[in-house]
Amino acid sequence: MTGEKPSSRELVTAVKEFMETKVIQSVDKHTAFHARVAANVLATVDRELELGPELAIAEKERLTTLLKTDGNRSALNKELCLRIRDKKIDLENPELIEHLYQTVMGRLSIDNPRYSAYLKALEAR
Amino acid sequence: MGKGDKDFEQRLAVAVGRHLEQPAEIRDLHRLTGGAVAETWWFDAVAGSETHEMILRLARYEEADNSFYVSKRTEAEIQILANTANVPAPNVYFILEAADNIGTGYVMQRIAGESIPRKILRDEQYTGARDLMARQCGGILCRIHAMSHDSISGLKILKTDQQLVDQYAMYESFDEPRPVFEFAFNWLKANAPEDPAPCLVHADFRNGNLIVGPEGVRSVLDWEMAHLGDPMEDLGWLCVNSWRFGNIDKPVGGFGEREDLFAGYEAAGGRVDPEKVQYWEVFGTLKWGLICRFQSLMHLSGSVRSVELAAIGRRVSETELDLLQLLT
Repeated sequence: MTGEKPSSRELVTAVKEFMETKVIQSVDKHTAFHARVAANVLATVDRELELGPELAIAEKERLTTLLKTDGNRSALNKELCLRIRDKKIDLENPELIEHLYQTVMGRLSIDNPRYSAYLKALEAR
Repeated sequence: MGKGDKDFEQRLAVAVGRHLEQPAEIRDLHRLTGGAVAETWWFDAVAGSETHEMILRLARYEEADNSFYVSKRTEAEIQILANTANVPAPNVYFILEAADNIGTGYVMQRIAGESIPRKILRDEQYTGARDLMARQCGGILCRIHAMSHDSISGLKILKTDQQLVDQYAMYESFDEPRPVFEFAFNWLKANAPEDPAPCLVHADFRNGNLIVGPEGVRSVLDWEMAHLGDPMEDLGWLCVNSWRFGNIDKPVGGFGEREDLFAGYEAAGGRVDPEKVQYWEVFGTLKWGLICRFQSLMHLSGSVRSVELAAIGRRVSETELDLLQLLT
């Protein structure tokens, strides 16, 4: 974050609103479909700017505890994948299941918080 | 060559005219949305006093020898065969020739009706259809699986373990560690059922590839993933949560119950193994997740630039949650 104004989130939101209020109505059906997709993409980017950094830190902390080793998030995920592949860790492990749920739920809160299974899981938790 | 421009339209008119054996004029040519590997073009062909309602199916990029998709020629041959086997698929009018200079594809019958999942699941006029569709799908799938496919040379046998090897190779090519996918692969390897005698599998039979009227399923589209394999693959794929479009509590395409799907299949003479259907639902969920990532790579690699393809890459997490729900 540079602290510059308007912020990244404000700029992305400005473009998203432009797509929704001006572009979609004034182009042909095929292009309007893609303009709607584009506006949804900008909403995802906005959510990632808001939620992404904290979720990434939390994911890395859980991975460090779970694997009892350190590294960046990508390296830790790679290590977890190797251990799963070699069957050194399995889905009987409640700590692991909890980590996977939290990670995937965090990702969906950015990618698609309207997804049916996400809403159902939020309700259940 | 600008697809959809006047020259393109003229070349299409020549090809259609040859098929109709009289000069034809193309009207209202426009591309329909969706379709990552194929383009679908809507048009009317006017010849003499008659108007023919047609669809052009075109390969979107050059066809490679690829175990995931059949060629457009094979796809057309399957649709032609389906029509002789009491399976509702659009009639194929003719396959494009190289000299047509239009691309690789074919022209088929345009079936009236609705194919947009959210409309099928929510519009009042399909209330009756929704009650019937799970059972109808069972019957249609059973007839697809009974089709005698020897005449079609472009169909590959895909054994379950081979499919797992192919899917894992695709996953590895992304070089992106996804713990949930690793678990899913482990589970699928450990629980793989024995391969039955291979039969024709549609492999993309789902809400979104069905044309629906108030009376139910009218036609089955998008045969490009067809192969020879385990018939239960189709039943599992139809139940994947991604095809329920929000109606998570209606496992069959968001419109029906498994019991009705199975009853329709068995009434048509088939036998359902619910455990295998569950296996293929897990497989299908993982496969859709990988397809999402693959399609976004088609954009990122520059082969087809499209915001739609880019966006689909962020749908992988949906399948990760579905897999967790299925496996834990």
